[in-house]
Amino acid sequence: MKHVVIIGNGISGITAARHIRKASNFKITVISAESEHFWSRTALMYIYMGHMKYEHTKPYEDWFWKKNKIELMHDYVSSINFKEKKLRLAKGENISYDSLVLATGSKPNKFNWPGQDAKGVCTMVSLQDLENIQKYTTNISKAVVVGGGLIGVEMAEMLHSKSIKTTFLVREEKFWRNTLPYQEADLVGRHISKHQIDLRLSTELKEIVTDDREQVKAVITSSGETIECEFVGITTGVHPNIELVKDSALSTNKGILVNQFLQTNIPDVYAIGDCAEQIEPIANRPSIEQVWYTGKIMGETVAQTICRSPKAYQPGPWYNSAKFFDIEYQTYGHVPHIAQPHENRFYWEHPSGNKAMHFCFHHKTNAFLGVNTFGIRLRHNLLDSWLRKPTSIQQVIENLKAANFDPEFFASYEKEITEQFNQQYPELKVKPHKRKRIAGIF
Amino acid sequence: MRTLLIQKAGMSLFILACTLLAAMLFINKYEISRSQLETVLSPQDYSKVSNFISPIINHEYTSSISFNADLEKVLDSANQNIQSTFSISNADLEHSIASFPNENITFNNEILASNFANDSIYNYKKDKLRTYTSWMNGKTYENKKVLKEELQGTTKSINGSLNSHLGFDNYKLNTLKLSITRAANSTPIKDSPLLWLGLTIGLGIFAAMLYILPKLSQLPGIKNDGVFQSAHTSRGWIGYSIGVMLILFYVLLYWYPEYMTNWMIMVDPVSQVLNGGPASQWFFYGLLYTIAIIVMGIRMFIKYRHSQYHIIRTSSVMFFQTSFAFLIPEILILLNQPSMDLKNIWPLNYTFFFDYNIQNLINSGGLGLFMLVWGIILVLVAVPVITYFYGKRWYCSWVCGCGGLAETLGDPYRQLSDKSLKSWKIERWMVHAVLAFAIMMTTGTLYTYFTGSGSLLGLDTYYIRSVYGFLIGSVFAGVVGVGFYPVMGSRVWCRFGCPLAAYLGIIQRFKSKFRITTNGGQCISCGNCSTYCEMGIDVRWYAQREQNIVRASCVGCGVCASVCPRGVLKLENDDPDNRFEKPIRISNSKIEVLN
Ligand SMILES: Cc1cc2nc3c(=O)[nH]c(=O)nc-3n(C[C@H](O)[C@H](O)[C@H](O)COP(=O)(O)OP(=O)(O)OC[C@H]3O[C@@H](n4cnc5c(N)ncnc54)[C@H](O)[C@@H]3O)c2cc1C
Ligand code: SF4
Ligand code: SF4
Repeated sequence: MKHVVIIGNGISGITAARHIRKASNFKITVISAESEHFWSRTALMYIYMGHMKYEHTKPYEDWFWKKNKIELMHDYVSSINFKEKKLRLAKGENISYDSLVLATGSKPNKFNWPGQDAKGVCTMVSLQDLENIQKYTTNISKAVVVGGGLIGVEMAEMLHSKSIKTTFLVREEKFWRNTLPYQEADLVGRHISKHQIDLRLSTELKEIVTDDREQVKAVITSSGETIECEFVGITTGVHPNIELVKDSALSTNKGILVNQFLQTNIPDVYAIGDCAEQIEPIANRPSIEQVWYTGKIMGETVAQTICRSPKAYQPGPWYNSAKFFDIEYQTYGHVPHIAQPHENRFYWEHPSGNKAMHFCFHHKTNAFLGVNTFGIRLRHNLLDSWLRKPTSIQQVIENLKAANFDPEFFASYEKEITEQFNQQYPELKVKPHKRKRIAGIF
Repeated sequence: MRTLLIQKAGMSLFILACTLLAAMLFINKYEISRSQLETVLSPQDYSKVSNFISPIINHEYTSSISFNADLEKVLDSANQNIQSTFSISNADLEHSIASFPNENITFNNEILASNFANDSIYNYKKDKLRTYTSWMNGKTYENKKVLKEELQGTTKSINGSLNSHLGFDNYKLNTLKLSITRAANSTPIKDSPLLWLGLTIGLGIFAAMLYILPKLSQLPGIKNDGVFQSAHTSRGWIGYSIGVMLILFYVLLYWYPEYMTNWMIMVDPVSQVLNGGPASQWFFYGLLYTIAIIVMGIRMFIKYRHSQYHIIRTSSVMFFQTSFAFLIPEILILLNQPSMDLKNIWPLNYTFFFDYNIQNLINSGGLGLFMLVWGIILVLVAVPVITYFYGKRWYCSWVCGCGGLAETLGDPYRQLSDKSLKSWKIERWMVHAVLAFAIMMTTGTLYTYFTGSGSLLGLDTYYIRSVYGFLIGSVFAGVVGVGFYPVMGSRVWCRFGCPLAAYLGIIQRFKSKFRITTNGGQCISCGNCSTYCEMGIDVRWYAQREQNIVRASCVGCGVCASVCPRGVLKLENDDPDNRFEKPIRISNSKIEVLN
């Protein structure tokens, strides 16, 4: 019986294992060092804030693995012998494989700041990180978070929930401006400030100052300012975890290089999830995709390749979501942070500053290209189908009501959005929305 | 978890109010005079006890326990007296068959006891003997010995029913204990009930508001910070202590109400206004229950003020509790009408088809008849039709009183429900078994009502009824249902025990437009939805597979959809045929997934 070994029990590795089990009776072994069972990394902040405990973040009960004949090994793979198809584990064991799936995830970035290894400086990716954050933020009153992205804002929220006065250093001129268009970056920034987070834009970390016990005392910023703190959170992005294979026959760049079938340069060795780098990225998409959804889709895809016939990674239209304190964010398709020449844009914002929608469409064909939505949920299936087959922006605006995914009884804004759209693009004239109130829902 | 100073003050005052309320149970002074007793008891009851009451008359007790012990003795003596006077002895029995021939007897109950003395006692005995033996007429017996053996069984049942016919049966004993204790109560609470009401419940409400209202200073949004780090909401010592206190409260309420007369007297003025009479333990409970729903409902308004769905459904349960469950039944009493909670549906309202209830409704004219028809329509028409359109939520988290308490008072504990597959299995067995039990019990009751026979298929229908009332009505719904909030989550009863939930669930599962839609591939498997599902549904299991959630037990509280940080879940009513349909494939490689 063929033996498939998967390194990494994150969403990618586990999805691959489940789908291989579904499609075959191969022997499956998942080896992972961080935790015995698959847990949801995305819920790390909720463990810290006390919304959940670690065990709540496990998507499957512990009996699931045995029942589905997926063998779990809680160990670190220290080296791979690709020629002999063998792995060596830290605890000494040797394991041979027929197919190998690398799903080793990411490591946090640190940029060689002085003092970055001091006590009280933490990154936020692993369970180990979580423990450290808990340890170093107990009974403190001041903290600094460095890096204005999705994990940074989560960390700011975590610290805020413990009433720790937090300063948030963001390199860009607006929060997450390297991904979000100006208006949204500004909206989120305002929302963050409302939560008494001291948001410092266009500010970088220069140095971490420590005391004589190697404990964080303060940070010095690019503007020369010293900010006292007892904790520094480093959330300046992640990079593929390729430690294990760096100096091997496996070809790597930033990540492990794979073709569209997620195959590496070595036969029967695959890489998926955060650690994989596409040699030829799909149009409009980065070569390294470090999100949950893509890891999942890669896991599903590689299972088909291993069990049936080679299947290309075709993730379909891009989507993603996040939450900035109390504002939910979803994106479908592409709304680049800087408008491209072929695009037209339409941005609507609610006077409260908590809701907004930003549409992107082709300036000639009016084809719908993407939307960012804040504080209003949209229906994925519908958006997905609009992005797959040519759909005009008028159709999208006209059918916004059908695409709304907010809970029942929520106020709806299609009328305002349509009116504003018609003002901005009178030549595209969309039929005005009739407002249906509560009665329409129940 | 920031607690402001004012919240701390609120919490301290609240604990003070609760302590005072509990301490009231230990303020004891009981004394009763002959004339007081005469007014509390009916003339018949009084005549039965009058010879035995001297030990308690005008005797001052400072402990409710010793007062009740003595009172019990009085009532026991009255019962014993009846027993010794009216029970049919062996000699009586011998005597009663003296007029029959010695052998080859053809039984005729006219002959039985015809030689008894003509006084009230023997007339009673004679009458009973004859009624109990009418079925034997015409039967033949070899000799007197055989006849006597047959009659011994009869005498036993006659003697056994003496307490309920002439003396006091258990039910009556409990009622008497309560009403006499209440009349004997001469604590300071009697003199100034409103003062005590203010110091306990009034202060409690005020304190709760001090604690709850400052939460308005936080920005709206889901704030479950610290839930699993608090000894209150994560099965810590505070949670367990509250559980124990709730359980003790229910035990007192159901089985020892004579020890909580202070509480009843304290709310007498309120009762007087609403129904024109003194408060029963149920009035006190109803008042407390309603206040709990209102106060904790206000907490819900604040906690979920960003969600119109929660605001509306919480208003709905507050309204139905205050009006339908509490005020209207009380006012009906004031108007001398049959009192009924018009939204309480069989089989949750398991006494609805009890003979006394049906009789009472039929006897009280137009309104009573309407109530009878209304109750039947609710079960047979409203439940299936409304559940078809909106799912069981229309009842469980919008109307029901048990659900109302779970959604307000129980909200802090919702995350404690067990999500394992095993608990789901247990749940399905239990809740459907209770439904079957309720149906069986009610069938028996109706059979008895229409045929007059107390046994169906060899089972004593009265006995089944009382077992159901004790096990399901009191122990499960009350003691476990609410007492276990801080241990097993807020919906223990609704999930494992409520027969109406089982009935609604069957319809929701098989024929309804309601489902929770999963938003394509947006789930990040974080687990918030499953954790905060009070019904213990592993919502994530479905969401991460991009499947809709169609589960019999879902009460549609909508909290999973609120706590989901990615907006993945939406409660909706749509075409009943596409509920299970796989959503449109998001990635190209969507594959059937293993279980
Ligand atoms: C705090 C946080 C929040 C996030 N939130 C979101 C979000 O909201 N939405 C979203 O789309 N994405 C989010 N992400 C990103 C998302 O979690 C990742 O893209 C995803 O977890 C990657 O999954 P993976 O399976 O590729 O790798 P991982 O989940 O990183 O799993 C890799 C595993 O392999 C193990 N491993 C590595 N090397 C070895 C070895 N040599 N031997 C044994 N084991 C090894 C590691 O210990 C690790 O457990 C978040 C990430 C973080 C850190
Ligand atoms: S599944 Fe959601 S709506 Fe249904 S009971 Fe659970 S939390 Fe409430
Ligand atoms: S809360 Fe939302 S994102 Fe988290 S597991 Fe549930 S459905 Fe998925």
